[in-house]
Order: sequence, then structure tokens, then C-alpha cells
Amino acid sequence: MLNHKLKLSAGAVLAVFAFHAQADEQVLRLLTWADYAPQAVVDQFKKETGISVEVTLSNNEEMISKLRATGGAGYDLVNPSQDRITGPAKEFGIYQPIDLKKVKTANFIPSMLESTKKVTGLGGKVYGVPLFWGTDGLVVNSAKSKAADYSDLCKPEYAGKTAVRLKRPTLIGMAFSMGKDPFKAYANPKQYEAIMTAAGDKLISCKKNLKYFWESKDQLLNDIRNGEVVAAQMWDAGGWKLNTENATIKFIAPKSGALGWVDTFAIPSKAKNLDAAYKWINFISRPEIAAKVAKSAGSFTAIKGAENFMDEVMKKQLAESFPPAALKNIKWYPAIPAGLEEVDGKVLDKIKASN
Amino acid sequence: MQTSSNTAPIDLSVQEVSKHYTNFTAVNRLSLDVPKGSFFSILGPSGCGKTTLLRMIAGFITPDEGDIVIGGKSMRNVAPNRRPVNMVFQHLALFPMMSVGENVGYGLARRGLTKGEISKKADAMLERVGLPGIAGKRIDQLSGGQKQRVAIARSLVLEPTLLLLDEPLGALDLKLREHMKLELKQLQNEVGTTFVYITHDQSEALVMSDRVAVMNKGQFEQVGTPQELYYHPKTAFVAGFVGNSNRLEGVLTNAAEGKTASGLTLALTPTQPASSGATSMFIRPETIALSRQETEIASFANRLPCKVETLFFDGANSTVQVKEVATGTQLHVALPHTGQHSDLVPGETVFIGIRAEHVQAFQG
Amino acid sequence: MNTLTPKRLTLYLLLAPAILWLLLLIILPHVGMGMISFRERIGPGEFAGSLKQYRTFFEEPLYWNTFVRTAVMSLIATIMALVMAFPVAWTIAKVAKGRLKALMLAATLLPFWASELVRTLGWLILLRGSGVIPQFLAFIGVTDQPVELLYHDATILVGLIYSSLLFMLVPLINALETLDDSLIEAAYDLGGNRLNILRKIIIPHAAPGIAAGSIMVFMLTLGNYLTPVVLGGKSSMWFTEQIYTQFITRFNWEQGAAFAFLLLGLSSVLVWLGLKITGQRFADAMRRT
Ligand SMILES: Nc1ncnc2c1ncn2[C@@H]1O[C@H](COP(=O)(O)OP(=O)(O)OP(=O)(O)O)[C@@H](O)[C@H]1O
Ligand SMILES: [Mg+2]
Repeated sequence: MLNHKLKLSAGAVLAVFAFHAQADEQVLRLLTWADYAPQAVVDQFKKETGISVEVTLSNNEEMISKLRATGGAGYDLVNPSQDRITGPAKEFGIYQPIDLKKVKTANFIPSMLESTKKVTGLGGKVYGVPLFWGTDGLVVNSAKSKAADYSDLCKPEYAGKTAVRLKRPTLIGMAFSMGKDPFKAYANPKQYEAIMTAAGDKLISCKKNLKYFWESKDQLLNDIRNGEVVAAQMWDAGGWKLNTENATIKFIAPKSGALGWVDTFAIPSKAKNLDAAYKWINFISRPEIAAKVAKSAGSFTAIKGAENFMDEVMKKQLAESFPPAALKNIKWYPAIPAGLEEVDGKVLDKIKASN
Repeated sequence: MQTSSNTAPIDLSVQEVSKHYTNFTAVNRLSLDVPKGSFFSILGPSGCGKTTLLRMIAGFITPDEGDIVIGGKSMRNVAPNRRPVNMVFQHLALFPMMSVGENVGYGLARRGLTKGEISKKADAMLERVGLPGIAGKRIDQLSGGQKQRVAIARSLVLEPTLLLLDEPLGALDLKLREHMKLELKQLQNEVGTTFVYITHDQSEALVMSDRVAVMNKGQFEQVGTPQELYYHPKTAFVAGFVGNSNRLEGVLTNAAEGKTASGLTLALTPTQPASSGATSMFIRPETIALSRQETEIASFANRLPCKVETLFFDGANSTVQVKEVATGTQLHVALPHTGQHSDLVPGETVFIGIRAEHVQAFQG
Repeated sequence: MNTLTPKRLTLYLLLAPAILWLLLLIILPHVGMGMISFRERIGPGEFAGSLKQYRTFFEEPLYWNTFVRTAVMSLIATIMALVMAFPVAWTIAKVAKGRLKALMLAATLLPFWASELVRTLGWLILLRGSGVIPQFLAFIGVTDQPVELLYHDATILVGLIYSSLLFMLVPLINALETLDDSLIEAAYDLGGNRLNILRKIIIPHAAPGIAAGSIMVFMLTLGNYLTPVVLGGKSSMWFTEQIYTQFITRFNWEQGAAFAFLLLGLSSVLVWLGLKITGQRFADAMRRT
């Protein structure tokens, strides 16, 4: 089955090459998240530059796997989270440094740009520029639950009515809610493993309380809507989407801090159309375009002035979910050193297997 | 045999049994008694309802009317596996997934016999049908005749009151069929089980049976010994179906004389009820005398000068087709087994003589 | 005989796509996988030959358990599919006639006009707490409240059986159709009862079909990814899921490749064992499909 997938993607890559050989038309092959390249924006880009965009939807892990399979070929631009860049770049050589001279850096919020440059920096070079940021926290049906932190999902009064994802953010969040700092331990694998194991044990003891480990966003949102789930770990955009429909459902930053991620632009090492890639980066980083994409994705941008074009509702939701203290308390993901995922994986497996 | 059938108890009694299919009656108010130990055949053309009747006796089909009594007990609501009857199927239905021994032992095992008893009995039965020591073989390793015998052994080993056989020789080639006919008859004699045998081959029925029922369109035309059927058929159907006959359509001119459509007048066995009207006249080829001299047939009631048309040489069954000179009526005449007249040539004039009692006329 | 006559050349040319397909899409990837599975990461981008991946499998009870669990559940699914398919196949092959038969065959095929994903999601909709079946059970009073029927092992089994039943049915129907009715009648006539006839006549006759169907269902369930993931509960581990995880989310191709090879080995061994125990030949079984 998996084999099949690899074959298929290999086939797709070949097909794309073949297509390129005969078409003069310029193409940007973009590997990104759902909603990061809405059709209207793609159309406008084509109108302005004559470049058409081929969008492939993916997630952090698949982006790495896909590029790894081809050694960094097949795509011209990717949108990985900033913590997932230097590890694979070092390990698999799938990214090339960004030429900041070609990027209109003035468009970006300086503090965010600086932070991303630091997180994605490797050997004095920069591998990513920021695009969107968002958080992982709790979606709570305030009429039925007073959950305020990850650990509250394990309270018996919510038995069978809470859910988390069986992924590393859950472990990290749980660790923070237990008073530990796994990010600090990134550099110390032994300590990191201890923290993660403790978080894993907590989740194992909590497992009976959970309705399920959610896999699909839509499934979770549905169950929250119909009341089968009253509190769950989820990212902000999903929470706000429900909040728009029903004000009693809220996205809240956990007491121990929401987890902050930044999605970036990164360029695969064997990208073909560099020119188009930079054009797209500079196109998206125009405030009015960034705002459009942000609305489609339900996230916030790292682009200066985009907030002027932003939806009022979203601004209000952000303010409600993140009072100033909570905003300051966001734990931003630092770059993950290669090999850490193996520790997470073992813990996650253990949770799944436990009874 | 004739006498024993009068005194022996009745093993099978079919009483006014019918089977109707949607707008078709396969068996029509049919009755039949088979005495213990006899070989009873049902002879009829394809589609006349033989299998249907047999399957009703075996219990696979429920009669719409009437009752079937076996060994003195009514078989109403008795399932096939509880009837004291076994059947040898038209295509034998040997179990290909079992060895010969397991096939023969299948019924015994169902009766709860021990392994030892089963194999002893199966071996003995296989020996009886002339197949000693093949218990270990697979079914597909057997010849047609061997399969035949295994199928019979499989049923007989259960010592049924009644053994039903549905054209069991149908699939065999002619030589083997001739051979198996005799063997089957002998086997029945030895074991003494009552056989009800179905066939559309009159030779099989005549050779093996104590009594034969001739069946047509779901009913019996006549039941009797082979000799009765051959020499004294009661209906045109029986006369035509049993043995070979020259069949001539015509009218009766009086009780002892008929005239064929071609205009030939024949003296015949006086018919019973009517003395006029349409009739079918039957003359068996072997009852016709043939001579090159007219004087040799002087004593016959019917004397006809003929021209030889075709000679059909078939060893003992050789016939000659002749044409009556005056009317052009065609007749088949058997040639004597002595080889006399085998030198006849087409176009030659011969004289034939037929006794009045050998011309059988049937109304309708 | 040995010269390349035009006829032979044509034959080779005709066979070439099949051979190429076999080589490119089946053998080569497996050789590649095999090679990957026998190496170990010793540094960034550096690898050395090793048996570590296989050792990990045997030393880590989690992987073992998942492996055994997958095999056992696939086996249960296969047996249940057989038990459920048999009466249906019997009805279609032996009882139904004419139009009814065609209709029943079409009915068994019907679910397969939808994709596997849609079929699996269908179960999701039927079985979830607010879904049709739990609501109905509560309504008729079987349960006090609607109960969650999803996310149990039994749910996975239902999904697995449902999605593979056809592959059991078709060879069974084929096998039963070739069974001469007079064999059953003869057995009945000789004193056999239903159970005995089933055991001694019908099942032995259908054995190649049973073997073929079972092999297919077993392979399909063992290699199924979607159903256990979508319908499975908090603790449901499936081996293919483990392979996927190793490849895609752990970036551990070496471990994933080793798992894939172990799965291939497991299915081969189990199929071989099954054929051995039931005394069937692989070629016979495959001819039935
Ligand atoms: N289930 C049925 N429905 C309707 N008609 C049937 C059915 N079974 C048999 N018949 C008809 O009943 C008649 C008698 O059938 P049967 O099988 O008894 O013939 P048979 O004398 O054994 O013929 P054969 O010598 O060819 O075996 C046939 O005309 C057949 O078409
Ligand atoms: Mg018949």
C-alpha cells in the first residue's frame, strides 16, 4: 500500500517532468497546506505574472517524506513549519538556503522575520521566511466544560467527552501542563526522553477518559458541534470556526501556554523554477494578498499591515482567546534536532498500545 | 418368476400417484405393485416421466396425489434418508472427494458402524460386484464400468428393501452395456433385492426384467412380462416401442381384414371391439417368411410378390427392404440367420408370406 | 527449436509489458525495500549494513503485539467472512434461479461501486453515537441511551469483513456452482443428514474455493490500512499503520522497510500453513479465483 503511494508519487514526478519538457508555460510547483493557496489568489498570480501554480496539499511530515523520496526535487516551493526545516535540511539535504536579497523583507513584521531567521538558520544561512503563525490549544464547549488546561481533559467529569490528537504537539502540551519545559530539553536527549515519557504516562492514565484520538479535523469539529465532545486539543483556526457558528464554543489558550507554530516559505534543494518561487513569496507577502490567504486559512500572518485588511470577527476572536498575558505566554516551537521524533514516536506508540 | 410374483409379498406399491408441474402433468394417476425379489423395469421414451416417478419413490419429490407404500409402510412425510430405499443415479453421483472404499462405506458410516465393520462390509460388497481390492483407489482412476459397479455396490451394501436404478447404463458404450446388462441381472438374482429399473432402451428392459411397465406421457400403457409385451402388445404404442415392427396405417374393412393407405389388403388377427375405422397395423420383420419360390409361402394367409430394394447387412440383425409389386408398399423383412438369401440383389423378385396372427391391428 | 523464430519473438514481445510491469513495479521496489531494511543510520545521511531494524522488531513488544494482533484479527475476519459468505454463496449458487440469481449477484457487487473510503465512512455515519443504528437501538429500547458503536475492535472487524466479503463470495459461488446436485441427493439417499453432507460433500468440494477466498480476504485485511485507521479505537493498532507511520511521520525508512518485509513474510507463511493444513494446492486455489 505504502509502496504503492511511493510509486504513485514517483510517477507523478515523472509526469510533471514530462509536462515541463514540452510546455513553455511557466509553472510553480507548490507543496503546501490546505487553504494556503486559495484559487482566487492563484488566479490573480497567474494574471500578474503569467505563471500558473500547481498546488499539492500536504502536512509537515508528508512534506519531508515527499522531498526525501526525491532528494529535494519535484517542487519549487514548500510551506513547512519553521521547526521542521533545519533537521531535515541537515539530515536529508532537501532544502536550499533562501536568498534574502530576492525577498522583499520590508513586507514582514521584523520581529517575526528575525525569529524565523534564527530558528531556520543553519551554517550561517537562512532556510525559511515566515508566512503564517497560529497556536495549538483547547476548543471548549463553555456551556458543558470548564477545562482550562490540557490536564483538565483527563478529569473524570468529562469522561468519554474529550479528545486529543495522537501526535507530538499533544505530548508537548501535556508536558507543559505538567510544569515541565520540553523545548528547553531539546538539546538534552536524555532529559527530553524523561519528560516525554512522563507526559506519555499521563496520557496513558488519561486514555480511558478520551472518546478517541482524533484523526480528521472535520470529524472532531462535527462531534464538538453535536455535543459528543465537550473539550479537545485543537488548533486555533478550527476553534474559531466553531465559535463563529456557536458562541458558546471557544478556543482558549491553556493556562500553561498555547503552543505557537510558524509556517514558512522554504525552497527545496532541487527546485527548478526559483524565479517563480521568489515571485510567489513576494506576491503573497503583499498585505492585501496575505490578508486574503489568512482569511482562507484562518490564521494570522507575519506580514506587516495585513491586519488592516483582516476580518473584524477574527481580530475579536484572537483578542478573546489571547488576553495579553496569554499572548506573551505562547510557547514557540524551536527547531527540532534530528532524531528527536524517534523518541516521540516510541512514546506515542506506547500510548496507542496501552490498555 | 411368474408364479413367485403371485405369492411373494409386495415390496413397493404405488397407488394413484400424480405429479403436476405448471400446466404440465409429468406423472398421471399411476399405480404399480412390485413383488419382493423381482426385477421390475419401467420402459419409456425420454421425457415420459420415468425419473419423476423414481424420484417420488426415493422421496426427492412429493407426489401431488396418491401414496407410495414400501415394505408395507406408507412413505408420506418420510425423508429420503429414512426410506428403506436406495438409488443408483442416472449419472452415478459417486463422491469424487472420497476413495472407492469411502464411497461404499458412506452409508454404513451414517448408520454408526465401526471403522472395522465398515471396511469389512465394503470390501465384501466390492468383491461381490467383481472389484476386489480397489477400495483405496480414487474415483477418477476407475473405468466407466467400474464406476457403474461401485455405484451399485454403494447402494447395495446398505441392504435396502428396494433398489432404484435410473438408466445406470446410459453412459456406457454398447459392448460394455451388453455385458453389464447380464451382470446386473445375475447380481440381482444373487442378492435377491427388489430392483426397480428405469430405461428407455427396450433391450435392457426385455433382457433383465421379470416384469416391465411401458410408460408413455405419465401413464403406463401396459405392464407385463417381456414376452407378453413383445408378442401381445395391448396398444399401438407398446407394439411400436417394444421391438421392431413394420407399421402400416390404414382402415379396418372387417374384424379380420385391413387395408393400408397404399391399398394393400391384409388378413389380420381379429380385433376386439370395433370392426371398422382407422387402424395401425404392425408386422414384426422376423415373422415374415421370404422365398424366391412362390410355392414355399403357399400356407400363409398373406402372400405378396415383392421387389428387393435395399439389403441392410447387420450380422444376425440383417434385414432387407422390399416393395410390394402391386401397391408399392414398403416392408422390412428379417433375413434368416442361416445366411440363406444373403445373396439377394436389388431388383430381384421375391415372395413374402405373413400369417394373419402376426398382423396386429390397433384402433386409433 | 532454439532459434528465435518470428512466432517466438512475437510471444516475447507480447509478454514484455507483463514482465516489465512485474519487474519495475513489484520486484525492483521490493529489492530496494529489502536493501533499505538491512541498514542502520549511524549519522546524518550515513548508513551501514545492520540487522538492527529486525532486532528492534523482536525486542520491542509493542511491534510484536501489533503484528500478532493484526494477524489474529485478520484471521478472525477471514473466518467470519467465510461463515457469513457461505450461506449467501449457497443461496446464489444453488437456490436462486434466473433473474433472482442475477439480482442477488448484483446486490453483492453493489457496495463496490463506491470507493473503499466512502464505504468506510458510511459505517462511520451509521455507527457513531448520534448515528442511525445507536439511535435506533435506543429507540426500540435495546439500550437506555444511544451507545457509541464506533472505535471498538468489533467495529474494525465489521468494516474489514464488509469490505472483503465479495472476495470470499465470488470464489465460493464459483466452487458451489460446479457441485453436482445429485451428489447431495445421493448422500442424502444413503442416509446422510445436512450437517454430514455439509462436512463430507459440500465443504470438500468447495475447498479450493474456500482456500482461494480465504487467501484473498486474509491478504486484503492484513494489508488494509484505511478501515482499521478510520473505524479503530484508541488502542487499535494495525501493522500497516505502523509501516505508514515509520515511513511518513518518523522518517524511518529502514524500520518501515523491515516491517513491510516482515508483513510479506507473515502473510506468505500463514497462507502456506493454511494450504498445508487443509491439504490444498496453491495452483488449485488460484484457478478458482
Ligand atoms: N421441475 C420441473 N418443472 C417442470 N417440468 C418438469 C420438471 N421436472 C421435469 N419436468 C418435465 O417432466 C417430464 C418428465 O421428466 P422426467 O425427468 O421424469 O423424464 P424421464 O422420463 O426421466 O426422461 P429421460 O429419459 O430423458 O431421463 C419432462 O417433460 C420434463 O420436462
Ligand atoms: Mg430421466
